[in-house]
Formats: sequence, C-alpha cells, structure tokens
Amino acid sequence: MRRNFLKFLTITLAVALVGCPPKNESASGGNGNPASSGGDILIGEYGSLTGAQATFGQSTHNAIMMAIDEINANGGVNGRKIKVLTEDDQSKQEEAANAVTKLISQNGVLAVLGEVASSCSLAAAPICQANKVPMITPSSTNPEITKKGDYIFRVCFTDDYQGENIAKYAATQLHIKRAAILTDVKNDYSTGLTTTITRVFTSLGGQIVGTASYSNGDSDFRSQLTSVRSKNPEAIFVPGYYTDVGQIAIQSRDLGMKQPLLGGDGWESPKLIEIGGRALDGSMYTNHYFYADPNPLVRNFVQKYKDRYGAIPDGMAALGYDAARVLADAIKRAKKLDGPSLKDAIAETKNFPGVTGTITIGPDRDAIGKKIIIEEVKNGQLTLRATIDPTGGTTPTATAAQ
Amino acid sequence: MKRLPWWLRDFLYATVFIAALIGISYAFDIIHISGIVYYQRIIILMGINIILAVSLNIISGHAGQFSLGHAGFMAIGAYFAAFLTVYYFMPYVNRFPEGTQQWVMQNALLLVAILFGGVAAAVAGYLVGLPSLRLRGDYLAIVTLGFGEIIRVIILNIDKIGAARGFSGIPNWANFFWVYLFAGITVLISWRLVQSSVGRAFLAVREDQIAAEAMGVDTTKYKVKAFIIGSFLAGVAGGLFAHFMMYLNPDMFRFLKSFEVVVMVVLGGLGSISGSIVAAVILTFLPEGLRAAKGFLHMEKDPRMLIYSITLIVLMLTRPQGLLGRRELWQVLARRKDTIPTDERDEGQGTDAAARS
Amino acid sequence: MQLLLQILLNGIAVGAIYALIALGYTMVYGILKLINFAHGDVFMLGSFTGFYAGLWAAAHIRNQSGAMSWLVAGGIMLLAMAVCAITGYLIERIAYRPLRNAPRIASLITAIGVSFFLEYGGQFVFGPDPKFFPNLIEKHLIQVGGTATTNYQLIVLVLAIVFMALLQYIVYGTKFGRAMRAVSFNYETAALMGIPTDRIISMTFIIGSALAGVGGILYGLLYSKIDPLMGILPGLKAFIAAVLGGIGNVPGAVVGGLLMGLIESFLGGSRFSNFTPAISFVILIGILLFRPSGLFGKYEAEKV
Repeated sequence: MRRNFLKFLTITLAVALVGCPPKNESASGGNGNPASSGGDILIGEYGSLTGAQATFGQSTHNAIMMAIDEINANGGVNGRKIKVLTEDDQSKQEEAANAVTKLISQNGVLAVLGEVASSCSLAAAPICQANKVPMITPSSTNPEITKKGDYIFRVCFTDDYQGENIAKYAATQLHIKRAAILTDVKNDYSTGLTTTITRVFTSLGGQIVGTASYSNGDSDFRSQLTSVRSKNPEAIFVPGYYTDVGQIAIQSRDLGMKQPLLGGDGWESPKLIEIGGRALDGSMYTNHYFYADPNPLVRNFVQKYKDRYGAIPDGMAALGYDAARVLADAIKRAKKLDGPSLKDAIAETKNFPGVTGTITIGPDRDAIGKKIIIEEVKNGQLTLRATIDPTGGTTPTATAAQ
Repeated sequence: MKRLPWWLRDFLYATVFIAALIGISYAFDIIHISGIVYYQRIIILMGINIILAVSLNIISGHAGQFSLGHAGFMAIGAYFAAFLTVYYFMPYVNRFPEGTQQWVMQNALLLVAILFGGVAAAVAGYLVGLPSLRLRGDYLAIVTLGFGEIIRVIILNIDKIGAARGFSGIPNWANFFWVYLFAGITVLISWRLVQSSVGRAFLAVREDQIAAEAMGVDTTKYKVKAFIIGSFLAGVAGGLFAHFMMYLNPDMFRFLKSFEVVVMVVLGGLGSISGSIVAAVILTFLPEGLRAAKGFLHMEKDPRMLIYSITLIVLMLTRPQGLLGRRELWQVLARRKDTIPTDERDEGQGTDAAARS
Repeated sequence: MQLLLQILLNGIAVGAIYALIALGYTMVYGILKLINFAHGDVFMLGSFTGFYAGLWAAAHIRNQSGAMSWLVAGGIMLLAMAVCAITGYLIERIAYRPLRNAPRIASLITAIGVSFFLEYGGQFVFGPDPKFFPNLIEKHLIQVGGTATTNYQLIVLVLAIVFMALLQYIVYGTKFGRAMRAVSFNYETAALMGIPTDRIISMTFIIGSALAGVGGILYGLLYSKIDPLMGILPGLKAFIAAVLGGIGNVPGAVVGGLLMGLIESFLGGSRFSNFTPAISFVILIGILLFRPSGLFGKYEAEKV
C-alpha cells in the first residue's frame, strides 16, 4: 500500500511537471521579444470562460476569435497573422492576475485583451502596466481601471458616463419624479452606477423614494420589491446584470407592480428577453449598440456572429469584437512591435468605426464621445428608443412612440 | 564530534535558510528564461497557500477543531494590513527619496503591517474560538463558515476599503523572500508546537476530549489557543497576499476559498505538517499546470477544472487518510515502521467516536 | 399589515424550497454523519432535466393546455426525480461507499470534489449562460386585498407539503423507514440485526436526491432562471436550515427551511438588506449558542 502510494505520488508529480514545461511558442525566440521575431503576432486574452461570469466571458471570447479570424483572412496585419492565446480566469481575480502573468511572461504576448468584470481587470491591470504590455478592456466600465497607468485602455464608456445618462433620460425625457433603486451590493458595477444615478437624478429634481439591495446570484427578490412597492415609485432603477434583471421583472409583475424598470448595459443579452419576456414591457436600458441597427457594419457583424455561433451577439460580444479590431488597427499603425510603441498607437486611435459606435481614445485612455443607445422592451421585443450622441444631444428615433 | 550548543545550531540553520532565500530571490532576478515571472508568481502563491494550509492544520489537524472560516481570517489580515499600508505607511515611505533608506523603511513597515494584520485576525480567531467551547463537529464547522461570510459581508459594506469595488492601489512590497520567510516561520511554529506541551494538549483534545479533561487538560483553553494561533498565521498570509496581489476584493474570500484550504489540509493528511505543505504545492500548481490540457487535448472548451475535480476525487479515494496520513514526509520516505500508527483506519477526527457511539 | 402578509407569503414559498433541499442534507447526515456538499448540485441537475424535458415536450407535444399541461408537468417532474435519484445513487456508490470505513472528513472532501465536478461539468455540458425555465403550466396572478401572489407560489407550497408529508410517512410509517432510523441510530448494531445497511444507505441517497429533483423543478417554476452554478447558494442556505433545525431531524429541516425563508424575506425588504447574508448567519450562530444541537436536535451528553 505504501509502496503504491509513493509510486502514485511520483507519477502524479511527474505528470504534473510534464504538463507544464516552459513551452517555447514557435514564435518566441529565447528571451528576445517574441512578437517581433517574424511569424505570428501573439496577443493574449484572459476571460471568465468558466465560473460565475462565464456567460459574459464566453461571448466576448467568441467575438474576439471572430474578429481575429476575419483580420487574418484578410491577410493579417502588415502581412503577418495574429494569434490569440486565451487563458481562463474562472471569474476569479487571483486567477486573472495569474493568467495575465502567464501570457506576458511565458508566452510573451504583445498586448492583452480582457476582462469583462471590472474587479478582474483591476487585478490584472497593474501587472500589464508593470510589464509595459498594453491592455485593452472591452467592457469593464469601472472608471478606476484606466487610472492604473498609461498602458491600460478601454473601448466602452464608463459607469459615470452611463449612469449620468440613464438618470438624465429618466428625469428629463420620461419626466419621472419619484423613483426607487435596487442595487446589487456584491457588484461594484451596480454600486457605482447607483451612486451616479442617485446624484444626477436628485440634482435634476427627482426623488429617490426607496432603496433596496440584493446580491448577484440571489433568486428571490420579492421581499425587496415588496418594500419598494409600498413607496409607490413611478419607475425602478435596476443597475444590475441581466442574469438577475429578468427575474426581478417577473417577480415585480407577480407582485402586481406595473412600474417600468430602468437599467444599464449589464442588461444587454438576448437572454434578457428570454428570461424576462413580457414582464419587461415598458422597461428601458442604456446600451453600447443595438443588434437590429441598420448600419451595415453592425448588420454584417450580427449576421456573421449568428452564422458562426448560432446566437445573436450581446453587447459584450460587440465590445469584444471592437476591442480586438482596435488593437489590430493599432498594431498596424505602431512604429515598432513593442509595448511602448503599441501603447502610443492605441492612444492615437481616432474615429475608429466600431460596431458600438465611433471609437476615439481620449487623454484618460477611455473611449470618449461614445454614443449611448436607449433600448425599450415592447411586446417582448427589443426596440430602439433613442440614441444619445454626446455631440448632438438626444435623438428620439422613429420607433420611439410615447 | 562534539555537538554544537543549541543556540548556535539554530542560529546557523536560520542563517542558512535566510541566505538560501536571498540566493533564490536573486536567482529569480537574474535568470531570464521565458515564463520565469509566471513561475515565480506561482511559487509565491504556493508559499502563501503553505502558510494557510499549515496554519489551518494547527486548528483542524492538531487540535481537531473543524473550521470552515479560514478565508475570513485571511480576509481580515489582508484588509487590515492593506489598510495600514495604503492610508498610513505608503504616504510616509514615499516621503523618502528613492534609495536605501526608502527600501529599509518599506520593508520594515511591511513587516509591521503584516504583523498587525495577523494580530487583527487573531482577535477574530479568539472571538470565533469562544463558541467552539459549546459546539463541536459539524455545528462548529457551520458556525466558522458563518463567521467567514459575516466578515466578508462586513468588508463589502465598508467604503473606505473599497467595498464591492475592491481595494486597489496596494503597493507590491511582498516578494519571494518575505513570503517564504513567513512560510518558514509558520512551519517552525507549527513544528515546535507539536513538540511542546501545548501541542500534546492539542492532540489530547483531538483524540478524546473527555479523557483529556479527566486528565486535567483545560480543553477550552487549548481550543481557543489553537484558533488564535491558526488565525494569526492566516492573517499573516492575508497580509502577504494583499501586498503581493496589489488588489483585494471581498469575492476572493468566499467560503470556496476556505474549502480550498480545508482540501489542502485533508489531502495532505490531517495533522501532518509536511503533508499540508505537499498538498498546498500540488493544489496550487494543479489548476495552473492544467492550463496546458486544453492545447494538449485539442478542445475548444477548457476542461481543466473538470480534470481538477476528478483528480481531487481520485486522490481522496486512493488515499482516504490523506497523502501522508498522519506522518511526516521523511517518515514516509524512510518507511520507519515504529513511527507509523498501527491502525490507519483510526485516523480522523477525534469527534468521530463520540458522534458514532 | 398588508406588507406583513406579503412578506410572510414570500418567505414561506422560498422557505418551502429550502426545506425540500434541506431534507436531503438532513437524511444523509442522519444516516452517515456526512455533509453531502454535492446535494445542491444534484438539485441543479433536477432543474436542468426539467429544462431539457420541457423543451422536448414543447417541441413534440401539440396540445398543451389545461389538463394536458398538468400531465406533462407531472411527467417532467417524475423524470427529474428519476435523474436525480440515479445521480444520487451513483455519487454514493462511487464517491462515498469506498470511504465508508475511512475517516469521515475524507468523504467530506470527495463531496466537495463531486460538487466541483457537477458544477464545472454543468458549465461544460450545458454552457455557462443562464437558461429560461419553461412555464409548464399557465401562470395566473392572484390578488387578494393588497397582497399579490401567483398560482405558482401556491403550487410550490402544496407540492412541498405533500412531499414532506410523504417523507414523514416513509421515515416513521414504513418498514424501510424503521430500518433507516436503525442505521442512523447505530450503524454496526443495525448491520448485526440483519439490516442491509448498504442498501438502506443507497435508498436514503435516492430518496434525498429525488426530493432535490422536486426542489429543482419547483425552483425553476418559481424563479424561471437556471444556470449550472445555481445549486451553490440554495444548497448552502438549505444546509444552514438543516443545521438550524437540528441536523438529522426531518421535521427540524422543514422548520429550519421555513425559518430561513422568513428571515431572508423580512431582512430583504428592510434597510438592513445590505447585510442579509450576514444576518442570517448571525441568527444561526445565536440560536446555536443557546441550543448547540439546533432547534429540534437532541442534545446528546457525551459518553465515555
């Protein structure tokens, strides 16, 4: 028995060690910069392919792979193909840091794409910054992230910007005076939005009559909704993820409540309607893009994604697609294929035509001046209600009928 | 050959250990092979997990108190140390010009922050240890799990340390040297404890509480003591973790983290210090090593966590008493019959017998 | 008053589901002294069985209204119970039985391993995205005075009570139940008395898992959204509920589950809702400090 055990232990260790040799990728030449030594250009992606946020991670991953395959099919960048190495972080912050360290140190990637969850991006950003490897987060909206250093970029808008617009739209366009807020306390995205919405909404003369909180992953919201119901608000802000919003909508209707729910881009997913269905009628949320947008760029993207993965791309996919393309565009323009030059190239991104609107990287390395779309659910269908262009103000679209 | 006096011998051991640590840290800096930073990172995380596993082993392995709240103690240590550093120590250190003086201040203050983190965790450990006077077995497990979650929810509601945003902006002060220095100290404390009268009392509490009491062992005192020591070390691990990760989030300290540490201790063999170390090393390495599995198996989806869980089940089925049972590594390697418990089946929680009868 | 009634109603419906899951924990614990951490994930499998069966039924069965929909729903529930029962049996056979004579904590670790396996396996096979559980029966809103509820909540409540009564009968009214209690009372003696302990233990797992399957279907009906990690939180809460009621005690698990649901319901609507998860633990700890074996658990004096 003991002998067997020793044998077993030895074998386990041997297998484990063989499983993880310092693999020299074909492109990497010793300790030089592997990205500049001919062959494929390596870029890294880290994301939640498993774990609690896997649904966002996988659609981002799908879209990134699609974008890169498209670029490679069109001859790659400056005659070279791009290769994406993907590492899973299980939606855990520590693992995100591990994954990024592996990509940078072992695989020598030129740049890094990821994460959706702001907390994972915050854990990985200092590592990218310290190693002078540019990182583009497709969809982490926490303002804190790009403050981590000059190598950290984002292609989406920030929570402050988004929250301000939701609140403004509710107060000035929908003429709501009394509102309640349901916050996901476990989620920085939700608490961040709540702060901004409360500030802006009250400054515009609105009144927050009720607040209640839940934790992401809860399934019963009836008690929170019951307490909110007793305050009689005209609308309820639910700045959370779609995974919870659908249930909140159903349960509020079950409690006989008819108020519209208002939320942010966390709502965005084809699953939102699938889960919430008719219960969401009248509800609105801000988004990065609208999947039925007649813009040919968007139509092309949605069609291709549907053909390849059999599903309508959600907002995370659209942002992942844009992030990968912005990165490829910057690689094309970079003077040299190393971190500092690539960083400069990304920072100079101007008027890049993305699926989620025109992308210009501002001085704070955030995408500035991005349009915000307000979508409304009608008869269990998503419709475009308004497009807020920061340069031209709000334009109600044809589909918006009061 | 005449034996050296004990203090000289211990001093020599300590010097050799520290010299080795410095040597290895230096080696990490000068070796430039692809992936070295990544390996170093994994090795440092192993060190932190060794501290966690060995410290939980004191509570669960030696004193036989089943705790599922280790992540909570770690969280307290991590957040308290990070709080001190970010709000008090870092502004102070930054006043010095870059150079030796700053370097010395930085490391001295890191030590202070980590020790304070440990003390804060120990205070919590004392509070958690108290109910263990009344509860045993699974009831204690659920109460410790509850404490862990309570701590996490409280942190989640303190805005000053980041709440749900997480606590970012912690400087990267902890390195290989500090982590392994503390890992060494933890192992030393644990080892000396086993040899001491306190350790013997722990074993007595674990094996048979009533008999221990009858023999005049103050069981409650020793149980609380085990909790205080174990949670102090978990707090230290937390402090190191904070200064290594540079970012903390309450989600890092969910009960799954406690489970991970429990798995390490049980897999290594309850009560075996080297077993905890071996298991901590294997279980830290396994998920990272399995990253290669995806490419190896040519799979679109990543199967590594599936493989991880199957490995865990198979390991436990083949070695129910843990990899090393209750013995230490060298005893297993030397196969000295006299140190092997006669009946391995008897190994397990001391409370078993009481619960079954 | 209205508000109070509504909160009570919400709490009882949630509590009934916790109670169904808690029963599985408490039965296994009573007989093996093992916390079956994989139980919450068996519950998840029940939901997914219902989901896929519901999709199949929607595609293949034309006339889905009135009595037919009840028949289909009943069939789906039986199927989910069967799948969960088989899973429970396999888990016991593969992961726990070989460790019957090993230290108890070893099976606890395999339980955690099995739990991880089902969670990650679920993400692997079903995909990590949440699924919409089909409305098997037409949903009605029922409003009385200021309180509102749905027929779903009532169905959940009725079914939960039926199954709990059934279990109570099995445990205290049948020969099998007596054998089960004997094994739980003393494993060795029961074996000596000619009770086929292994078979009894397997049956316990089968019954407990089937109840989790019922819980999974009811959960799906009530909350519509299911995903592979959905078992973790309800599993943990049901476990707490089982401990609260005195683990190993069948009526205790029911009371514990209902209590847990009510506590959450009352806190969720209050201004302490930020602290809900913590406060349920605080209450648990408080109760355990005064009643160290839970509300209904027997306090056994230690024997030498």
